Amino acid sequence: MTHSYALLALVLIPLVGSLIVFALPRGQAAAAKQVSLVFSLAALVYAIVLAARFKTGGPRFQYGTSWTWIRDFGVHIALGVDGIALVLLLMSAVLVPAVMLASWNALDSRAGAEEAVEAPRRRSAKTFFALLLLLEFFMLGVFTATDVFLFYVFFEAMLVPMYFIIGSFGGPRRQYAAMKFFLYSLVGGLLMLASVIGLYVTTGSRTFAITQLIGHVPGGATQKWLFLGFFIAFAIKAPLVPFHTWLPDAGAEAPAGGAALLVGVLDKVGTFGFIRYCLPLFPQASRYFAPLVLILSVIGILYAAFLAIGQRDMKRLVAYTSVAHFGFIGLGIFAFTTQGGTGAVLYMVNHGLSTGALFLLLGLLIARGKSRNVNDYGGTAKVTPVLAGLFLMAGLSSLALPGMSTFVSEFLVLVGAFTRHKALAIIATTGIILAAIYVLYLYQRAFQGTVRERVTKFRDLNPREVLAVAPLIALILFFGIYPKPLLNIINPAVKATLSDVHQQDPIPPLNATVAGGSK
Amino acid sequence: MTHLLLAAGNTAVSTPSVSYHALAPIFIVLGAAMLGVLVEAAVPRAERFTVQLMVTIVGLVAALVVVGLLHGTRTTTPSPTGNDAFFAGSLSIDGVGLFLQGTVLALALVAALLVSERSVDVGSPIVASAAVVVGSADDRRLTTADRVQTEVFPLMLFAVSGMLIFPIANNLILMFVALEVLSLPLYLMAGLARRRRLLSQEASLKYFLLGAFASAFFLYGLALLYGYADTVDLPGIFTAQQTSGKSDVLLYTGLALLLVGLLFKASVAPFHNWTVDVYVGAPTPVTAFMASCTKVAAFGAILRVLFVGFSSAEWNWRPVIWAVAIASMVVGAVLGLTQTDIKRILAYSSIAHAGFILVGMVAITKQSTASVMFYVLTYGFTTLAAFGMLMLVRDPDGEATQLARWSGLARKSPVVATVMTVLLLSMAGIPLTSGFTGKFYVFRAAWDTAGPLVVIALLSSAVAAFFYLRIVVMMFFAEPPVDSPTIAIPGWAASVALTVGVVVTIVLGVFPQPVIDLASKASYFTG
Repeated sequence: MTHSYALLALVLIPLVGSLIVFALPRGQAAAAKQVSLVFSLAALVYAIVLAARFKTGGPRFQYGTSWTWIRDFGVHIALGVDGIALVLLLMSAVLVPAVMLASWNALDSRAGAEEAVEAPRRRSAKTFFALLLLLEFFMLGVFTATDVFLFYVFFEAMLVPMYFIIGSFGGPRRQYAAMKFFLYSLVGGLLMLASVIGLYVTTGSRTFAITQLIGHVPGGATQKWLFLGFFIAFAIKAPLVPFHTWLPDAGAEAPAGGAALLVGVLDKVGTFGFIRYCLPLFPQASRYFAPLVLILSVIGILYAAFLAIGQRDMKRLVAYTSVAHFGFIGLGIFAFTTQGGTGAVLYMVNHGLSTGALFLLLGLLIARGKSRNVNDYGGTAKVTPVLAGLFLMAGLSSLALPGMSTFVSEFLVLVGAFTRHKALAIIATTGIILAAIYVLYLYQRAFQGTVRERVTKFRDLNPREVLAVAPLIALILFFGIYPKPLLNIINPAVKATLSDVHQQDPIPPLNATVAGGSK
Repeated sequence: MTHLLLAAGNTAVSTPSVSYHALAPIFIVLGAAMLGVLVEAAVPRAERFTVQLMVTIVGLVAALVVVGLLHGTRTTTPSPTGNDAFFAGSLSIDGVGLFLQGTVLALALVAALLVSERSVDVGSPIVASAAVVVGSADDRRLTTADRVQTEVFPLMLFAVSGMLIFPIANNLILMFVALEVLSLPLYLMAGLARRRRLLSQEASLKYFLLGAFASAFFLYGLALLYGYADTVDLPGIFTAQQTSGKSDVLLYTGLALLLVGLLFKASVAPFHNWTVDVYVGAPTPVTAFMASCTKVAAFGAILRVLFVGFSSAEWNWRPVIWAVAIASMVVGAVLGLTQTDIKRILAYSSIAHAGFILVGMVAITKQSTASVMFYVLTYGFTTLAAFGMLMLVRDPDGEATQLARWSGLARKSPVVATVMTVLLLSMAGIPLTSGFTGKFYVFRAAWDTAGPLVVIALLSSAVAAFFYLRIVVMMFFAEPPVDSPTIAIPGWAASVALTVGVVVTIVLGVFPQPVIDLASKASYFTG
């Protein structure tokens, strides 16, 4: 195999940055922030370069590389990206600097008093930024790993920085939320570990390389059990109803930046896992369990949307909307159609951007109002028009308004699902209406109406804060009008995945010549 | 024991030919222990501590070097000559034996450094004079006396010599002798804590009584096996199972009783009842020594008994191992949840880990042998360092092991909190730590024969993760108490010991290949 150092270099950038920031002496908060931002931007630029050089018609996994790590276990440090991983990689790389900019003063009770969230505990901005970079290292690693064992290592290790981000920098119930988050994910992870070991033993291939495992997992009951190990881990991570109860707590208690990454990126690892590991490795079991997953997805869309409408805690509300959106992603993936799959992947990217933006803006709003309860706000739009405008844009993207990229993905998912499961697609469509209710109802309560007392002294966004969120909105708008570059990258990878599951589209797409990969 | 009697009655007694070089590590440690006894008598009190420490360290290092030189040896000793065939081949120096001996020596070296730590408490964590009635006027003076009961060093060396013989004993009588040699000093050492004397003496007595009980089980089992096989050699017992026409009841009852004795030493549930109180009462460095070295030696002996003596009876003992493994994991994980004292939590964690190690023994393969050897090594270093960390967080009256006292520790000493977190995450089995590598190795070895057991093991490690995390939560996310405990600055000895523990924990998580190679190369038995 030809070695390409490109991905290794990309993954190591945030790790090196994190180590440097950790090593900085105490009290160097300003330097820590600047160094962190530089490293995250470097990773972003490099990721863009790699994306630009990605050959859309080329081999499935590009920039592939593999070094032996633990010979006795058959484990390799094997990296590589297909179209699906690439777009998620890009999304993560975009989100991290945005989170850093938005959280710049959030921990500093002196520099920006009105931005410091809640109780003025002594907290170290240095640690927070170092943890963000460490988290980015694991996030990039988890998307680029092409060795199941390596993926598992990143998947589990990712919990540790997030645990500290929630537990050290979160809201009043942060201990509870951090613990719940960690234990839920750990239980899933350990079940997955059982399957990882089982995969190694039952295939007898003495390797964890995903490319060599595909098609070698024995069928029947073994495959179903192994599938369940992976599936439950990813379903908890995603989270799919009924494994979702940790997310509202974690999302609400995490600091805004942490919540943006948690919901924006970490949860995508779950849905990414479905499409990268569950489907290709266990095609027979995937088909067997698909109806169950589809039904859970649709239940999730409706149930979480209803819960979101009833929330007063704004961060909890957005966390519930995410559960609903993950229902759409699950629907798209397990519909086994090209449109559904492509839509689901695009949905992951869009959701990361739009919910990331929503959480960051909520964080800025809550920092000003010192309350997560929506009833404490009102008429904010008159005081802080920029914040309100950006929030409205992010909210509209969350409800998939046409013109936003989220519309493209939601449409593709529903079309893809409709061709195979008409009833489910129709029920899921009502989720769009519910989305409009929870987003607009939230906006109406927080930003419209009479100006509340506490709101009058709010400061509008400063240029740094705008700079943090505006690019995310811009990307959503751009890909809403011109999604082709992303779709071109995603489409071949989804087709390859579906061919692994031995599924082809029930109604061939218009340009049937491109619809290769069918068996 | 007709052989013995015959041999004694025979006038022409020939000397057995012993390969002394292969036993050199044991002789070195025993020699150092004897020397330590002489030092106790001859060297003036002022220099005694330093001299004892030097003797201990030199002895352990020399033995470790010799074990290294012996690598690749496959021999059994003594060789059978003349009429002394009864003890022929009763010690087998093979890969498994040498690997475990090396592990015991390395861990004992680190533990010895912890024992010799003098800057965290007045004098040392070891009592000034053990034989003083608790509560008397003399006893009150002890806490401030900077004298140390330096006999702890020779005691430790005697225990180590027993631990060196235990995993290489191919003969059950010799194994029993080793068991006693390693246990008796430990009973004493458990009673040497400088603080909370009464608790420490209670631990000592408890350990002694229950240990004696377990030894009796072992002996009874030995006698029944002799009745079955006419020999106490493990290979002989193995052969007898193919040829003997005697009742299997003798064999299985004998094995069961033997296992009770061994599982007791390894603190496997349901024979774990002594563990927690003894670990809590003993001086913390001694606890660290017991939790790491004793476990290595005990599991070494269990490996040898099962894999050499009873490998053809695996269908009969496998369900037993299943049952005790599950019991141990569940007891350790569930009871650990309810604890509010960190020392007790670590004690329950050691019971749970004993269960994980047993999971590796359900399959008799080279791989499972290697995985068990690797696991005891990784766990030994991690637990040694974790107990060592407890020495640093102190109240005026000793170590502050109450969980609540650790709240907000990260604020006061980020280094201590971070190091402890790494060790706890390793015990919880989070990737990139040695604990994960060990678990993966063991579970992979067991998956083929015992898939459901692996799943149970994974679930109970999820439960156990909860109480490790609780400590992390306390240290990092909680507010410190008003009268927060002081963090002692460790002297060179403890600093070296803790650093070694943490470095091994991380290195074996990131680059485990060399040690895995070593373990899998060494996973052979002779005899």
